[in-house]
Amino acid sequence: MENENVKKIMHVLRHAPHGTIYTYEGLEMILIMAAYEQDLSVVFIGDGVYALKKGQDTSGISIKGFSRTFMALDGYDVEKLYVDRVSLEERGLTEEDLVVDVKVLDAEETGRLMQEQDVIIHH
Amino acid sequence: MLHTINKSPFETTTFETCIRFLVPGDPVLFIEDGVYAVQSGNKFSPTIERVLKTNPVFALGPDLDARGIGDIADGVESVDYEGFVGLVEEHQVNSWF
Amino acid sequence: MKIGILLKEGPYNHQASDTAFKFAEAAIKKGHTVDAVFLYNDGVTNVTKLMDPPQDDRNIAARWSELSQKHGVEILACIAASKRRGISDDVLVEGSAITGLGTLTDIAIRNDRLVTFGD
Repeated sequence: MENENVKKIMHVLRHAPHGTIYTYEGLEMILIMAAYEQDLSVVFIGDGVYALKKGQDTSGISIKGFSRTFMALDGYDVEKLYVDRVSLEERGLTEEDLVVDVKVLDAEETGRLMQEQDVIIHH
Repeated sequence: MLHTINKSPFETTTFETCIRFLVPGDPVLFIEDGVYAVQSGNKFSPTIERVLKTNPVFALGPDLDARGIGDIADGVESVDYEGFVGLVEEHQVNSWF
Repeated sequence: MKIGILLKEGPYNHQASDTAFKFAEAAIKKGHTVDAVFLYNDGVTNVTKLMDPPQDDRNIAARWSELSQKHGVEILACIAASKRRGISDDVLVEGSAITGLGTLTDIAIRNDRLVTFGD
């Protein structure tokens, strides 16, 4: 039986990292929400998939890197990480290029997941 | 799920991205610069027409008026802010920007 | 219906703040409770009383302040986002407060809807 007090909250990351703060502050929000034992999921769409790209070195742009923080999400029980297949393919990337294990979804599957949510927050 | 889109389709891919994730029946509401998508006779008219076959499409009237858009695609319904609230009463919200 | 609002952009640069305000007004007019407006990212700069736009323009901070006082809407700025952007208790308009992201989570949990405005 579904627990009525647990909400399905989806975070959608759609910006590349570093160029704007949206992804970084989005990640901060996800980490806090993770402590509240809600049903969280994170979806990477569009340039959001770049946030997960391996080999990022921000030491030359004086911005704190955070791609490794995505690896810590598992420890916060945020296990539902989804990547949009088209977004990945359009950018010439594969799962091998990403810093964490994700589930690659077709838009139709993601659309259905979105429809189940109580709250969706784009970053 | 109500999808709102606030970006001009000429400036970003938000509109094209959003519609990939639509489930048939989900309403779409264009707000702010998003409303440029529904001006009749533009490059996106065929896409709007296609979306309308499966999903109801709305545009925020005050945003249309503010931008001088009088002629909107057939089948797109103009709503005011109370109409926006009405859609939110019926659906959870997915705000695309 | 109880509605929470998440506002992710500052005033003037983007229309997000104006749309969020008009939406909140319309929701209240239709008899709904707007529980809180949570300010995130640059959104935290919506509530600095230091803003002083030309007389013929809207004062966005004053407008949120009025909404709060008239209708009991909590106007809450995220503390981490505020600290980054120089927003502190000293500069807040009346009716607004600084709080943590945990409060946003509570808002998401206790309301029937959370509507996001951003850019």
